Amino acid sequence: MARAVTSRRKSLNTALAWAVGLLIFFPILWTILTSFKTEAQAIASPPLFLNFDWTLENYAIVQERSDYMRFLWNSVIIAGGSTILGVIIAVPAAWAMAFVPSKRTKDILLWMLSTKMLPAVGVLYPIYLLFIRLGLLDTRGGLVVVLMLINLPIIVWMLYTYFREIPGEILEAARMDGATLKEEILYVLTPMAVPGIASTVLLNFILAWNEAFWTLNLTAVDAAPLTAFIASYSSPEGLFFAKLSAASTMAIAPILILGWFSQKQLVRGLTFGAVK
Amino acid sequence: MYLKHALRAATALTFVATAAAHAQSITIATVNNGDMIRMQGYTDKFTEATGIDVEWVTLEENVLRQRVTTDITTKGGTFDIMTIGMYETPIWGANGWLVPLDGLSEEYDVGDILPAMAGGLSHDGTLFAAPFYGESSMIMYRTDLMEMAGMEMPDAPTWQFIKEAAAAMTDRDAEINGICLRGKAGWGEGGAFITAMSNSFGARWFDEEWKPQFDQPEWADTLNFYVEMMNESGPAGYATNGFNENLSLFQQGKCGMWIDATVAASFVTNPDDSTVADHVGFALAPDTGLGKRSNWLWAWALAIPAGTQQEDAAKQFIEWATSKDYIELVAESEGWANVPPGARTSLYENPEYQKVPFAKMTLDSILSADPNSPTVKPVPYVGIQFAAIPEFAGIATQVSQEFSAVYAGQQSVDEALAKAQAFTAEEMEAAGY
Amino acid sequence: MATQHSRSVARLMMAPAVVLLLGWMLVPLTMTLYFSFKKYLPLRGGDLGWVGFDNYVRFVSSSSFWPAVQATLVIVGGVLVITVVLGILLAMLLDQPMWGQGVVRILVIAPFFVMPTVSALVWKNMFMDPVNGLLAHLWRFFGAEPISWLSEASMTSIIMIVSWQWLPFATLILLTAIQSLDSEQLEAAEMDGAPVLKRFYHIVLPHLSRAITIVILIQTIFLLSIFAEIFVTTGGAFGTRTLTYLIFQRVLESQNVGLGSAGGVYAIILANIVAIFLMRIVGKNLDA
Repeated sequence: MARAVTSRRKSLNTALAWAVGLLIFFPILWTILTSFKTEAQAIASPPLFLNFDWTLENYAIVQERSDYMRFLWNSVIIAGGSTILGVIIAVPAAWAMAFVPSKRTKDILLWMLSTKMLPAVGVLYPIYLLFIRLGLLDTRGGLVVVLMLINLPIIVWMLYTYFREIPGEILEAARMDGATLKEEILYVLTPMAVPGIASTVLLNFILAWNEAFWTLNLTAVDAAPLTAFIASYSSPEGLFFAKLSAASTMAIAPILILGWFSQKQLVRGLTFGAVK
Repeated sequence: MYLKHALRAATALTFVATAAAHAQSITIATVNNGDMIRMQGYTDKFTEATGIDVEWVTLEENVLRQRVTTDITTKGGTFDIMTIGMYETPIWGANGWLVPLDGLSEEYDVGDILPAMAGGLSHDGTLFAAPFYGESSMIMYRTDLMEMAGMEMPDAPTWQFIKEAAAAMTDRDAEINGICLRGKAGWGEGGAFITAMSNSFGARWFDEEWKPQFDQPEWADTLNFYVEMMNESGPAGYATNGFNENLSLFQQGKCGMWIDATVAASFVTNPDDSTVADHVGFALAPDTGLGKRSNWLWAWALAIPAGTQQEDAAKQFIEWATSKDYIELVAESEGWANVPPGARTSLYENPEYQKVPFAKMTLDSILSADPNSPTVKPVPYVGIQFAAIPEFAGIATQVSQEFSAVYAGQQSVDEALAKAQAFTAEEMEAAGY
Repeated sequence: MATQHSRSVARLMMAPAVVLLLGWMLVPLTMTLYFSFKKYLPLRGGDLGWVGFDNYVRFVSSSSFWPAVQATLVIVGGVLVITVVLGILLAMLLDQPMWGQGVVRILVIAPFFVMPTVSALVWKNMFMDPVNGLLAHLWRFFGAEPISWLSEASMTSIIMIVSWQWLPFATLILLTAIQSLDSEQLEAAEMDGAPVLKRFYHIVLPHLSRAITIVILIQTIFLLSIFAEIFVTTGGAFGTRTLTYLIFQRVLESQNVGLGSAGGVYAIILANIVAIFLMRIVGKNLDA
């Protein structure tokens, strides 16, 4: 009896959850489908769902117009570089906050978050002038540093919440055994922190990948990432839904695939220690 | 400090690497319009001929403007050539930010550039940008629908005729709107259209004392006429339609008439993109009998920012891209209808080009536009759909946002004009007029 | 003894992050403050001298200022309410036993991976376009007059787009929190015959309070500075001009760096008011 009820409930849940999931995913699905249509089919009325002649011509046109791989590569370097650099700087800070907390730890943490509230447009001129002075315009190095600084507060905070979950007793036991600070970090802490670091890396990679103000305004050719790639498709002339869809699909596909394969880590990453 | 040095070193290394790989390379910022994209396809020919590599930064119009303006005002030196318009060129030229385009070669024949275009791209008689293509605006209409409505389009119609024709062509059940016009906020979008239209109604932005004129009846007449006509015969949601949206609508056969840039003529008559290619007629932009028509004048032009290391290479490129030879190159492989129009006199004297159906109307429209005397009453500014002062873009964008709110039914014409008047007065005073 | 030592080590370890962020905060802030007291018009020759508090007065007394503050708060508030409420419902649904939970979860988080520019473009052109948009087709299918989303319902449209982007984030955090809820406690309450609403109100909601705070805090930080979604869709028209967008217009469209910088200072002040307010709550909740 009870089993039958559960089973029926499970079916209901499944149906409802799938319906909601597909609804939320639909705009992305629609974009992907449209990218395989011709321009005329893309605006057909009534809309065509699957019954159209699948074509790759939009992708060919987009690729011919702009060298996708170069933008992709810049995105990977900038998002990856800023994340790695950020983690290297954040790990010691988060470690210190978690294991040697002082009265001011929380204040420092919250102050760090507040630096994220500086409106980017308001400081475009200062930063642009600074970049010219330092010769960093249109360099990946410059963007890596800027995006690292933008995301550093989030990285520190996430790592802090993970480190705090590591029981202090283990560290004390290690210390009793005469482990030095270096050994403590290397052999005791790091293995326990790897999952947390992994999810932090993932989340920040996504945030850096999607950042569209600085990556657009501080680059031209050499360092231009996918956000600049998409900026040249936002309103071409004439019928453009299909080409826009193809460019959009190309811009989001890498991160979408990465996200899907690593969603377990990401789910952990998004908890911010909120579970405890 | 260390970080700074490390970054500098890294940058220097990349620079050396690129410099070694290519003998010479120029970076061009450009807009993602069809003619520009086509030009990118031919860049290889330029590189073959000169050995100069070309890097393109192609951006949508609004992003491009934001990007190049930041770079030129801070002397960032990111670009060797910038694609700019008739609004920016005289202002930037006056500031000494652009390299004067003198000493161009004999065969380039600078005198061949249409005088209206050369005039709008100069400051104090010095040319600062070379027009890649130029445009005015005109009426594009569906000959079949006009016939069905039992009317005939004169070569130079009045607004009253347009309004009547629009109402007659409208067939809501068949999704046909009698008229499609820009309503989208932005000084270069709906702002440009309504300003050009207001000229034919006798309105002006400023009087000779630089006092804003939105409190004058001519502006109310313009807006009321526009709103009434669009509500009667325009497409749904016209308040967010710009050039591209209207082009799509027209190509899909959903517009009876469309008053917009002359360059659109080649897109609506191109059977690959347009479902109505065989049924398009052209006429001059309408007037109200006051002596000024409602057509504008614009050019997308190539300019060299002062301080670039690649001045010679940049000049070479501009000579190539805006030359007669380039026009012939495009004509050979894409047909005469697809060459960049509106820049050179010789193009309109070419018998081959005269066969193109919209060639004559485009030239007539361009010739009838006079940026130095754009309005019925006298004004202190130059420019038809804009006033060539640095403050204009910011002010006009906000004013056109108020107008778009009228089109969307969110406020009345009087409310919008009162706000526009107050805001413009505020900004002009702040700027010290 | 060891504490003294480890404290100084700890300080050393925090130093790089703190110094870098301090620099990142101070350098632009100082420059913004400097510009804000100047008449700085790049198109009119750049630096035209000191003007005291002129820019500050002008920015606030402009007719666009208060509507912009209001628009900012409406968008932030609207998105927060939608994402938190829908996030809780969605999290509770996803927590139930079902087939293909992993796949559904992937579908739900996908919007988070989409660049703001792309999502704004896709929504604007392919869904909200009053002629060719999918929503217009849907409306017509049901015999209704299609809505011009971005002009007639501009705020709603922007809140919709931004909520779609941030709903996955809220859902995931809340889902992890719900999963840690003691199911025995819930079952016991169910046995006792407590109605669903009561169970939710007395057991689930208190358990989620901390997660909700975190969602609100992180999202507010990002939402206060949304830009691409407005730039691409309405360009600030139809009452969607937020404070961030107003500053953009002053700095880049009007080319008035002094005035824009003064606006930037106001935005920082507003952000900090919101931040202090938030941190009061979060600070309390984080200790718990």
